[in-house]
Amino acid sequence: MSDRIFGVVGLLLAIGFAFSALAIEESFLSDAVGPKAFPMIIAAILGLSSIVIAVRPDAEPEWPALGRLVEVGAAVVVMIFYAELLPVVGFVIATAFAAAYLAWRLGSGPIESVIVGIGTSLGIYVIFHLVLGLSLARGPLGF
Amino acid sequence: METFSSLADGFAIALTWQNLLLALLGCFLGTIMGALPGLGPSNGVAILIPLAFTLGLGATPSLILLTSVYYGAMYGGRISSILLNIPGDEPAMMTCLDGHPMAKKGLAGEALSLSGIASFVGAFLATWGLIFLAPQLVKIALLFGPAEYFALFALAFMTLGGVSSTNQAKSAFAAALGLGLATIGVDTQTGVPRFTFGEVHLYDGLDFLVAIVGLFALSEVFIFLERRHGGSDAEGRQLKIGRLYPPMSMVKQCTPTMLRTSFLGFLAGVLPGAGASLGSFISYSMEKRLVDKENTFGTGDPRGVAAPEAGNNAAAGGALVPMLALGVPGSGTTAVLLAVLLALNITPGPLLFTQNPDVVWGLIAALFIANFMLLAMNIPMVGLFTRVLMVPSRILMPIVAMVSFVGIYGISGSSFDLVVMIGFGVMGWVLRKLDVPLVPIILGTLLGNSMENNLRRAVTIDNGNWWTLVDSPLAIALWSIAIIGFVLPLIVGARVKAKMHQRRDEEGAISD
Repeated sequence: MSDRIFGVVGLLLAIGFAFSALAIEESFLSDAVGPKAFPMIIAAILGLSSIVIAVRPDAEPEWPALGRLVEVGAAVVVMIFYAELLPVVGFVIATAFAAAYLAWRLGSGPIESVIVGIGTSLGIYVIFHLVLGLSLARGPLGF
Repeated sequence: METFSSLADGFAIALTWQNLLLALLGCFLGTIMGALPGLGPSNGVAILIPLAFTLGLGATPSLILLTSVYYGAMYGGRISSILLNIPGDEPAMMTCLDGHPMAKKGLAGEALSLSGIASFVGAFLATWGLIFLAPQLVKIALLFGPAEYFALFALAFMTLGGVSSTNQAKSAFAAALGLGLATIGVDTQTGVPRFTFGEVHLYDGLDFLVAIVGLFALSEVFIFLERRHGGSDAEGRQLKIGRLYPPMSMVKQCTPTMLRTSFLGFLAGVLPGAGASLGSFISYSMEKRLVDKENTFGTGDPRGVAAPEAGNNAAAGGALVPMLALGVPGSGTTAVLLAVLLALNITPGPLLFTQNPDVVWGLIAALFIANFMLLAMNIPMVGLFTRVLMVPSRILMPIVAMVSFVGIYGISGSSFDLVVMIGFGVMGWVLRKLDVPLVPIILGTLLGNSMENNLRRAVTIDNGNWWTLVDSPLAIALWSIAIIGFVLPLIVGARVKAKMHQRRDEEGAISD
C-alpha cells in the first residue's frame, strides 16, 4: 500500500513539475533546446517510474507506531526552531538546547542530557570557533 | 616514466606538514566513522565537507582530508563486523560472515590484524591501479564531445540503478528526482528562473552540500530517533582482542586470496554504479567458490575475512578512477567527493589531469601515505578504536546532528539553508523507509546542470537536430552499455541483489 501511495504522489509530483516547466517564461534569446526540454524529459521519467512503482509495489516497509512518528515530527519541529532561533539567541545557547533535546529523546537521563547538550555546544564552539576560526551564529551575548 | 615523475611531484605536494596532519586526522576520523554502526563513508565524508570548505582549505588539502576519511572508513568498518557481528558500514557486511565466527573462537585479534593487512593490500594495489588506469581513461575521455558526455551521464545513472536498489523503478525515480532538483534556479544558458516560485533564495539553485548533508547525515539521526535506539551496540559484551599480530602461516595462506580479490575488487570499483559493497560481495563469493574445498567459509575461515576486506578497499580505490578521470562517480562516497571538487570550483574529468595535475598527483601520493598511516593505526592501535564502539548513540547522534548544522551554517550563514537541510533530512528518512536509494538523488543534483548543458550544447551545435545524440560510434557504444546496464539487472540481477540485501535494512539506501 505504501508503494502505491508513493507512486501516486510521485505521479502528481511529475505532473506538477511538468506544468511548472511549461510555465517557464522563455527568454527571447534562447538556444535551440530552450530551458523547458530537459525538465520535460525528467518529468516523463519521474512519471513513468512512479507509475511502475504504483503498479508493481514492493513488500510493505515497517512503519513505526504512531508514537514514534510523533517523535520524529517533534524532532523536526525542534530542529526548525533551532534553525530559526540560531541567529537570534546565538550558537552556544541554541545548540545546547537542541543537543540536549536530541540526547533526551534518544534515551539519555535528564542529567546526562544536560551534560551532552552543554558539552556538545561548548565542544563545537571551542574546536570550530576558537581553534579553527569558523564563524558561528552570534547572539546578543556575543556567542 | 612520465607517470613516476608526476608521482614524485605528487609526493612533494603531499609531504607538507599541513597535508600530513590532515591525512592523519582524516585516517583517524575515518576509521572511527567506519567503525561506528550508523556512520559510514558517505555520511562521514558528507558531514566533513562543509567544514573542510568553510575552513578555507585549498583543493588538494580538502581532498586529502576527505579521501583519507574515505579510505579510513573502509578500514574501520570491519572492526564492529568482527567484534559485534554488526557491519560498521555497508561494505563491511560480508566481513561479518567469517570475521565474527573467528572472534567467537577467540581469534578476534588475529581476525582484526589479518583484515587490516588485507585492507592494506587491497587499497595499496588499487592505488597503483588508479595511477595506471586513470590516465588511459583520460585519453579516451578526451575524444568525448557534448553528445558523448550526455550519454556518459545517462550511463552512470542507469548502471547505478542496477546495483543500488532491488527496484529499478525506484532508482530511476531517485535519479529523476535528483536531476529535477538540480534544475531549480536560474537557467545558466538563457537566464530565466525555473521552479523558484518567486523565492529569492532559490535563484542560485539548491546547494548540493545542503542536500547531501540532509539526506545522508540528518536522515540517520531520524532513523535512530524512530527506533529509539540510544544504546551502544557493544553494551554488555566483552570486546576482547587477544594477540595483535596474525601468525605468518595465516598471512601466507591468505596471500593468494588477497591478491585475487584486490584485482576483482578494483574492477568492481571502476565499473560505474558498482561500489565497495559490490566489490566485497563478489570477492567473497568468488573466493568461496574457488578455495573453499572443505566448506569452512562462514565458520571463521581467515580467507573469508581477507577476501571481502581486500575487495572492498580495492573497490574504494577503483571507484576513484571514473570520478577523477571522467567526472562521473561510481559510488555513493565518490559522489560525495565529487561534490567537494565542484564546491571548490574544480571540474573533474579529463582536463583535471592537465589543468590541475597538482590536485590529482598530490591526492594519489596522499593516498599512499594515508594507507601506511592506516596500517599503523589499524594493527597496533586497534584497541583504541574498539573503545569507540562503546560510545552510545544517544550521545553520538546529537553530536552528528549539531556538527551537520554547524557545517552548513558555516557555508551560508542563513537559516533558510538549515530549514532546507531539515527538509532533505525528512525526505531522506521517508525515502529510506520506502527503499528508494539516495545515491542517485545526490548524483542527480550534482550532475544535473552539466548533463543538461551537454545536452543543449550537443543539440545546438547540430542546429536543433536531436539525432546528434546517437550520431557517433562512441555515443552509440555508451548508450548500449547504459541500456545493458539497466536491463541486465532486471533479468539476472534479482538473485544476486536479493542475496546482497538479505543482511541489511534501511542501510541499503545509502549503500556504497
